[in-house]
Amino acid sequence: MAFLDLVALRKRYGTIEVLKNINIELEEGGFLVLVGPSGCGKSTLLSTIAGLETITEGEIRLAGKVINDLHPSKRDIAMVFQSYALYPTMTVEENIGFGLEMRGVPKLERAKAVARVAETLQLTHVLKRKPSQLSGGQRQRVAMGRVLVRNPRLFLFDEPLSNLDAKLRVDMRIEIKRLHQETGRTVVYVTHDQIEAMTLATKIAVLKDGELQQVGTPNEIYNRPANLFVADFMGSPSMNLLQAAVVHRDGRKGLSISRRNGGGDLVLGIPPTITSTTLEEGRSLILGLRPEAITDRDSADRHARAVEFVDCAVEIVEPAGSDTFVVTHLADKEVVARMRSDADVRPGQTLSFAFNLDKAVVFDPESGQRLV
Amino acid sequence: MSAQASATHPRGLSRLLIYGSLGLFALFYLLPLFVMIVTSLKSLDEIHSGTMLSLPVAPTFDAWEKAWSSACSGLSCNGVKGYFVNSIRMVVPAVVISAMLGAFNGYVLTKWRFVGHRWIFGLMLFGCFIPFQVVLVPTARLLGSFGLANTTTGLVLVHVVYGIGFTTLFFRNFYVAFPDELVRAAMLDGAGFFQIFFRILLPSSLPIIVVTVIYQFTNIWNDFLFGSSFAAGEAAPMTVALNNLVNSSTGVKEYNVNMAAAIFAALPTLFVYLVAGRYFVRGLMAGAVKG
Repeated sequence: MAFLDLVALRKRYGTIEVLKNINIELEEGGFLVLVGPSGCGKSTLLSTIAGLETITEGEIRLAGKVINDLHPSKRDIAMVFQSYALYPTMTVEENIGFGLEMRGVPKLERAKAVARVAETLQLTHVLKRKPSQLSGGQRQRVAMGRVLVRNPRLFLFDEPLSNLDAKLRVDMRIEIKRLHQETGRTVVYVTHDQIEAMTLATKIAVLKDGELQQVGTPNEIYNRPANLFVADFMGSPSMNLLQAAVVHRDGRKGLSISRRNGGGDLVLGIPPTITSTTLEEGRSLILGLRPEAITDRDSADRHARAVEFVDCAVEIVEPAGSDTFVVTHLADKEVVARMRSDADVRPGQTLSFAFNLDKAVVFDPESGQRLV
Repeated sequence: MSAQASATHPRGLSRLLIYGSLGLFALFYLLPLFVMIVTSLKSLDEIHSGTMLSLPVAPTFDAWEKAWSSACSGLSCNGVKGYFVNSIRMVVPAVVISAMLGAFNGYVLTKWRFVGHRWIFGLMLFGCFIPFQVVLVPTARLLGSFGLANTTTGLVLVHVVYGIGFTTLFFRNFYVAFPDELVRAAMLDGAGFFQIFFRILLPSSLPIIVVTVIYQFTNIWNDFLFGSSFAAGEAAPMTVALNNLVNSSTGVKEYNVNMAAAIFAALPTLFVYLVAGRYFVRGLMAGAVKG
């Protein structure tokens, strides 16, 4: 049985439904990341788990018990807020110890617990300071300390890294991952940053307009997105989504993709990810290829079952240090390919691109759902 | 160099003008206080012979002593000290209770919103604008039926009820800018309704507490209408006693004693302003920007 169980959860403000039939299960020790564009309801969902917002329908179960009507202070849940929500009149020490104090932990024991957490988070030297005297990174760590010092059943994080600069964000991301690995606690984490989602999660839930799009492991979400929205939202640079049509050529079925300036259509084989759908001739589809599934000849995956080489014109070259992104043009769209950083590519050149169809996914253009 | 010199010159002149006029205004406003103090330090003979502004030739605190302990108002001749104490006994509980209730109302109206909270707040605001005179008769009847007519307790009650509208307004506007996330965080930390108020909100409220205390203290201390209507005689507050003293028509007018009594009546508010004044301005500004 799942540790945290959201069953048919709905939330309405008047006639506006902001959460539509959410069903998510999370095992004990899991790290669930709720991700989606702003306004998708991910923060609202987190607030309902915390009990800061009521739900209109459905059930929230924690460790087998329904907690719908339990007051936030009785749920034994700790939360890190986006603004950190540090108590301005208390010192760092008092901030971290407040939760313990409210739960009646004796003073001596409290001091020990605070000292231990401060040590882990390198806050020992600022324990006597007020939040206003701390840097952004220190404030963030105090907010973390405040939840870590307790032993709650569930940790909630509401975009905890969004106020930090890029470098600090990466450091804290690793720190959070380390804490999760070491403590094995159950976490629900909200972010709009898909890198955070991919790197931290054991399970990702993608939301859009209050609707759950897909729940799965990072690998599932990335490689087998349930629909066009998930495919497009996750990954950077995002997946190439190309209009294609099923054709019959040389006794085999294939996917035809138009090229710029005529020059004959590009035909690729049917990706091996399609196993049960019959694709009748003439049907139009959307072919999804991650940038790393389109490479130069030398870096093509030798273990892939279906790699096809096609000559395409190089339009733009973007060296990014670790990789070089090469832009070409197919199906009236720019297509980004990820190549070795030292690949010898120049704009205007015609190059043999390797399409790894093992990694290709196909969507129905009307429903937007992935075909299998 | 020359350009700089010519630029400094008019600036120096305008400085002089600004400080000159400021000084003049200050003098003008301080003049009554000056007259009060010098008059209270003179003997009656000296008052009659000299001008209002002349300094006392032989300064004496006799008038102060008389005003405090033996001046006659109405039938008794015990000075104003009893009434001064009455006012203290009225103003302290009235200020403390109304400020506390206001803080609490502000907390509930902003952080524990309930159905109809706007209405409640609207009605409280409305209460601020009811003229005192309108409620004099009903209030008198009510106090009479409570058995609180002519008592300091009755005055405290009236001032608390009248003050709640203002204190609620102050605190509500202050707490509306107080981040909700702090309250939510405290809830998840396990703090209850009162713990959140006393541990999280109240410690951050010093500026608005100072504003409320000064405002309420000044208003209640200076009140004359309620005092004269509901607490005549022995329970009268300082303002009413001062009026009685000055208006006593028997004998010669003792201007020096009147002035000394007036100084006693003004001292507490002056004291509160001097102690907390700079927080007052700061608090008003903070409220103006945030609320």
